Amino acid sequence: MSTPASSAMPTLDQVRDWLESVPDPEIPVISVMDLGIVRGLRWDDDLLEVSVTPTYSGCPATRVIAQDIEAALREKGVSKLRIRTQLSPPWTTDWLSDKGRARLEEYGIAPPSPSGGPKACPRCQSDDLERISQFGSTPCKAHWRCRTCLEPFDYFKCL
Amino acid sequence: MTGAELAVPRETLFEFLCRMGDNTLVLGHRLSEWCGHAPVLEEDIAIANTALDLIGQTQMWLGLAGTIEGKARDADALAMRRDVWDFRNILLVEQPNGDFGQTLMRQCLFDHWHLLLLQALEHSSDARIAEIAAKSVKEVTYHAERSSELVVSLGDGTEESRARMQAALTLLWPYVAEMFETDAHDTTLSEAGIAPTPESLRAPYMDAMTALLTAATLSPPDTRTGQTGGRSGKRHSEHLGHMLTTMQWLQRAYPDARW
Ligand SMILES: [Zn+2]
Repeated sequence: MSTPASSAMPTLDQVRDWLESVPDPEIPVISVMDLGIVRGLRWDDDLLEVSVTPTYSGCPATRVIAQDIEAALREKGVSKLRIRTQLSPPWTTDWLSDKGRARLEEYGIAPPSPSGGPKACPRCQSDDLERISQFGSTPCKAHWRCRTCLEPFDYFKCL
Repeated sequence: MTGAELAVPRETLFEFLCRMGDNTLVLGHRLSEWCGHAPVLEEDIAIANTALDLIGQTQMWLGLAGTIEGKARDADALAMRRDVWDFRNILLVEQPNGDFGQTLMRQCLFDHWHLLLLQALEHSSDARIAEIAAKSVKEVTYHAERSSELVVSLGDGTEESRARMQAALTLLWPYVAEMFETDAHDTTLSEAGIAPTPESLRAPYMDAMTALLTAATLSPPDTRTGQTGGRSGKRHSEHLGHMLTTMQWLQRAYPDARW
């Protein structure tokens, strides 16, 4: 590979910027930074430590996310890195960025709301909604339906 | 953290962590048996997701158990290579699924106890335990909401659904007693501020259950004796061994198999 391993260590801001383009494997319109699961970046001598917190403890995407972060950073020339799992403080949907919430809605997934249910149908904005199931296609989502346009949709549940 | 580790004997902490992790492991596996068989797709997905949460929690509890034990056994080794007499789950969670109502009743009885226990463990003097509890409590709050809602709507439902829920409650209620059984390990843990005594959870649990079962128009049977022996490992029901033969088969037949 032509990437010089000896190049100057990138700044943490630079690393953060790179991670902005690592997508969540299950909801590719948001990045791991938008999701709010990257909890810390630090240099331990010449080794970059990335602390990642799981969304749901059994979420199968967690391992994939760690691999994706590692691959993305290696491609940028970071040769020595460690992914650390950090449990505390636990992830909640408050860690989602505003950009992330807007992207979710554009994508057709209603963003989390403290009221416990979606505010509006992501397709037609109607608020005449009903819950179909407390769970959905991934651990972080529930299944709802719009009574106006009759379309079912995913709701990113509030945790 | 090292201080907390030394606060109680290693065996006591290991025993406690196995009790936590074996409950979530065994119930998580039982729930996964529904995958592809639940009455409707949404419930199938809900059960599978609940199972996933519980298995994720198992990895944290048994992972820490392995670290404490210090014999190079990780969560997988503890889950897949121990025999039935080494399991420390309460008998309730190893009971077979039965019909959908029985599965839900088992879940509801477990969820409310699990929630109270985790809420107490969030304040554990052992930071590692407090962390896992804080992570799990959010998921379990959601489980308890779901199972309570379904138990109430099916209990206070049709004649058929009510009869099935009552039968499930009558069958499973004797297993509730074991949740509050308190032994020497529990006393030691409670004195060190690591975990509450199980007995201290009885009153809040009974209050929650009374309200819920009243709303569901169901009544617990008048049982004098409880079924115990799981969390002490003295006497599991025959169901656990059968479950383990399925769950552990691959790792037993092909040790260290990876894919
Ligand atoms: Zn709509």
